[in-house]
Amino acid sequence: MRKPADGDLKTPVAGGLSEAPRGDLREPAAGDRTGTVGGGARRAPGRTWRQALRRDWQLYSLAVLPLMFFLVFRYLPMLGNVIAFRRYEPGGDLFGERWVGLRYFEMFLADPTFWQVFTNTVVLGGLTLLFCFPLPIVLALLLNEVRTRWLKGLVQTVSYLPHFLSIVVVAGLVLQTVSVDGVINQGLRAAGEDPVAFIQEAGWFRTIYVSSEVWQTVGWGTILYLAALTTIDHDLYDQAKVDGANRWRQTWHVTLPGIRPTMITLLILNIGTFLAVGFEKVLLLYNPLTFTTADVVSTYLYRVGIVSGSFSYATAIGLFEALIGLALVLGANTLSRRTTGTSLW
Amino acid sequence: MVTVTRGYRAFQAVNAVALAGVVLVTLFPFVNIVARSFSGEQEIRAGQVTFWPKGFNLTTYERVMSDALFWTNYRNTVVYTVVATAIALVLTTCYAYVLSKKNLKGRGLLVGIAVFTMFFNGGLIPNYVLVSTLGLRNSLWAIVLPNAISVFNLLVMKAFFESLPSELEEAAAVDGSGTYGTLLRIVLPLSKAVLATMLLFYAVSFWNSWFAGFLYMDRQELFPVTVYLRNLIAGATAGTDNTASSEAALQIAASIQAVTIVLTMLPIMLVYPFIQRFFVSGVTLGAVKG
Repeated sequence: MRKPADGDLKTPVAGGLSEAPRGDLREPAAGDRTGTVGGGARRAPGRTWRQALRRDWQLYSLAVLPLMFFLVFRYLPMLGNVIAFRRYEPGGDLFGERWVGLRYFEMFLADPTFWQVFTNTVVLGGLTLLFCFPLPIVLALLLNEVRTRWLKGLVQTVSYLPHFLSIVVVAGLVLQTVSVDGVINQGLRAAGEDPVAFIQEAGWFRTIYVSSEVWQTVGWGTILYLAALTTIDHDLYDQAKVDGANRWRQTWHVTLPGIRPTMITLLILNIGTFLAVGFEKVLLLYNPLTFTTADVVSTYLYRVGIVSGSFSYATAIGLFEALIGLALVLGANTLSRRTTGTSLW
Repeated sequence: MVTVTRGYRAFQAVNAVALAGVVLVTLFPFVNIVARSFSGEQEIRAGQVTFWPKGFNLTTYERVMSDALFWTNYRNTVVYTVVATAIALVLTTCYAYVLSKKNLKGRGLLVGIAVFTMFFNGGLIPNYVLVSTLGLRNSLWAIVLPNAISVFNLLVMKAFFESLPSELEEAAAVDGSGTYGTLLRIVLPLSKAVLATMLLFYAVSFWNSWFAGFLYMDRQELFPVTVYLRNLIAGATAGTDNTASSEAALQIAASIQAVTIVLTMLPIMLVYPFIQRFFVSGVTLGAVKG
């Protein structure tokens, strides 16, 4: 029951007040602003926009600033991609000066450097996926078998830690570890080998990149799997035991199917970000000596665009990359929905 | 309750050893960097520093901490983090609350506008052009505004608001409370845990960010401390020169790099034990599909 404010006691002015006792469950009368908060929550759909705005204007007003953020800083840059098809003058119009068609696309498709960085991106992204997708699953399964609480807690606390560090700090740690006076070279010297300047050798870049990625992400990657593992019905294990399944078979037939939706969801997301391989990390770790293996699409377009000022050319490359990324995530999601019934939305 | 076979007991032992290995490998770089930060430059160069400092001294700490630019950049990081986190928290809360209203007309569109940006974004160059055209370069807003809402955080908060019992808000509405009043007096007091989680998510991500500062700040007194560190490990002195020449990096004393790394990660390391569980609960909440 609504308790009217003091002034309302004698003169029920708001339409909603007089209607409620009659049990009118349809729309409140126009002008009733107070009885409808929150919601949107209890009303049947099918209102017009006019009615919705009148009733929920306070709610909509909360969305104004966030929407402005999305429109200006997310959707405007998407439109800004038209400069891939238009000539852009630095300091000139946001959307470029004049149409040039597909000229910039033809340019980068004929650019051997583009194909080299594209190959590097695919290799680096593929290696990252190969190691950084399955290893958290393995670690989560191992953690799940630990019965000693403090040990489990310790491993979790320690292995999540690298996730909280700035990528600059991570790069600093990597550089000192692989430096000529670093730990790895200390080991090589102890074994009687010559030291290696790892960071300056193109042949070592992928190993360094992927290992540091594993170091940084594997612990944190277990969280969702550990959460999924706790939701598995314990009766399933008991039934499996009655059926004579040993621990290994229990893992195979109960545990893994139990976390399968999580695995598939994360795989789709990983595939979607496949080409967006750690731009910031590559930028911090690479140098001209390692460009042949380290330079990826995003770092190349950064140098071409922002360092050299070829904005339109770099935008064309970026748009190409973003469209491939979108196609990959949509493709993976469709495939997953058809084959396993798991979908992101 | 579990019948333990001998094979399984052996597995438990191997497993414990393997996990101990994970702990050691994860922690080792931290131990090593701290050891280097207290060591003498010559000992580091000779490759003698592994677990413990060699040629123990505090002079490198004194040198770095007497650099006025370091403190200016450190203060910048604090200011950028506080302002950006406050704005991000307010915007995210407002939008998440709106999106949590299941029957709000146009809700699907409002959700879609946010979620689509997770899978497709304008890209580096259009963003750069936009920020420059808006005249945000060399201001705090270049760091704050383009990252004001993280869609992941938004979905975490939305999931939380949806999990609140709707009866309380309905009761408040019946009592004549408006949307703003309900949000401030009923919903937010119930959401302290998720607000704390969001605060930490944003604060850590802004504290750690470097690229926006690197891209949009032309003067070194405007850099966040992460860019200070980046220039140190890249051997660059200032400006936006991108080539991380490792030759030049060798010119900067390894001990100075180590000290700067330690000082940059120190605040995160100090609060980490207390904030870790908030992060875990936040991520798990965000994974609830909806």
